[in-house]
Amino acid sequence: MITSFKGKRVSSMLGILPETIGNFDDEVDNYSFPAKQTMRLKKIMGYNQHRLAKETSTVSDFAVYGLNYMLDNEWIKKEEIGAVVTVTLCPDYFVPHISNIVQAECDLDTDVICFDIAQGCSGFLVGLMQSFMLLEHMEDKKIVLINGDVLSHKVSKQDRNDFPLIGDGCSITILENGGEDEIYYEMHTDGKRGDALIIPAGAFRKPSTPETGAMQDQGDGNFRSLDNLHMDGSGVFNFVQTEVPPMFKDVFEREGKNIDDFDWFLLHQPNRFMLQKLAEKSGLPTEKLPMNLVENYGNLSGASIPFTAIYNCKEELLSKKNMCCLSAFGSGLTWGVMFMNIGELDYCEIIESKF
Amino acid sequence: MNEQIMEMLNELRPEFDFEDSDDFVMDGLLDSFDIISLVSMLEEKYECKVDGLDIVPENFSSVDVIVELVKKSGGKS
Repeated sequence: MITSFKGKRVSSMLGILPETIGNFDDEVDNYSFPAKQTMRLKKIMGYNQHRLAKETSTVSDFAVYGLNYMLDNEWIKKEEIGAVVTVTLCPDYFVPHISNIVQAECDLDTDVICFDIAQGCSGFLVGLMQSFMLLEHMEDKKIVLINGDVLSHKVSKQDRNDFPLIGDGCSITILENGGEDEIYYEMHTDGKRGDALIIPAGAFRKPSTPETGAMQDQGDGNFRSLDNLHMDGSGVFNFVQTEVPPMFKDVFEREGKNIDDFDWFLLHQPNRFMLQKLAEKSGLPTEKLPMNLVENYGNLSGASIPFTAIYNCKEELLSKKNMCCLSAFGSGLTWGVMFMNIGELDYCEIIESKF
Repeated sequence: MNEQIMEMLNELRPEFDFEDSDDFVMDGLLDSFDIISLVSMLEEKYECKVDGLDIVPENFSSVDVIVELVKKSGGKS
C-alpha cells in the first residue's frame, strides 16, 4: 500500500518505562554458551541494558499510568480525546481490549472510540496510519495512540537468541488535525514468511498446556518452550537486508528525495548490527540514524520508534520541525516507510513507572 | 589469509576442530551469532565491509569460501 495524508500532526510524545533494569553482564551465566563467546556479542549487537516489566505488569498498567500523567499535567484534556488506539502483541486479556480498559481506568467519555490492533515491530507506522484515517472524521478531537508490549514475559531467559535484546515499555503519541504538511506512507506485508517471528502456543490454534510450557533444548544451545517467542534470527536478518534497502531506493527515486532532505532517520531498533548493515546497504548517514535503543532499553517492539525519537531528538522535536524518515520492519512479516514532519511538539518526555 | 581466518575460527569456537569439517555451518560448528561475530572480526582485521546480503550460511562453510567473501568485500590481506 502506498498513500499519503495531509494536515495531520504529532503534538506530544510520552515514553513509559518499567523501573526494572536487566543487565546483560549479569545474564551471561543464564545461557549455556561460553561466557567469552556471549560477551563478544555485547558490542556487536548493542546488548547492555534492557527494561523488564514486573511479572504482574501488563500493557494497560503502563498505558493508564502514562495517560493519567498526561491528563494530570494537562498535556491533553479528557474532552479533547476522540479515540484511543492501542497497538500491541500483548493483550491483558483476549477480551476486553486494552483500549477499553484504558477508557475505563482513565474515566474517559463513552463516546470515545476504542480499539486494539495486533501488530509488533511495525506497530508505530500502522498505528499512525489508522490514526490519520480516524482523524479525517474527528474534526478537533485528538487521537491517543498507544504502542506497548511486555514481550519479556514470553521470552525464555535461557534463550540467548531472543532474551538479551527484548525490552518492555509503552509509548503514547497524541495526534491531531493541523497544518498543511504532506505525509508519505508505504507498507508491505508477506505473511508467507510470518513463521520467522512466532509464539507457537497460547492462543486458539494451540492453547497452552503443561506440554507447551515445557522447556526444550533447541539443539543450538538455547532453551525455550512453545509458549515462548521465537525469532529466526538469520531469516529476519536476511528479510530486512533483502526488502528494506530496495524500498528506500525506490521511494527516494519516486518521491525525488535524497538523504539531505531528512533531519532524522528513525528506524525500528532490532539490534545495532542489523541497523549498521542496513545503513551501509541503504547509504543512510549514521549521524542521522540513532542505533542506541537496544543498549539502553532493549528492542521495544512497536514503541521503538517513538522511544528512539524522544531519547535522541527531544530538544529538536520540541524546538523545531524535523523532516523524519520513519521505517519499521519485523513481525508479520511487514516493512514500511513514512516521511513526515515531526516537531514543535507541545510535550516530549520519557518517564519511569513502578510497573 | 587462510591461516589467519583459521585462527579466528579457533578463537571463536575453541571447542571445535574446524580442520575436520566439510561445512562449518551444516556441521554445527558456527551458528548465526558466530557468523555475526566472525563478520565483525573479518571487517576489523581486513578493513572491509561485508554486504548484508552476503551474510548467509553458504558464505561461511569453509575457510576458502570465507577468504573469497573477504576479497569480494574489499578486504586487504
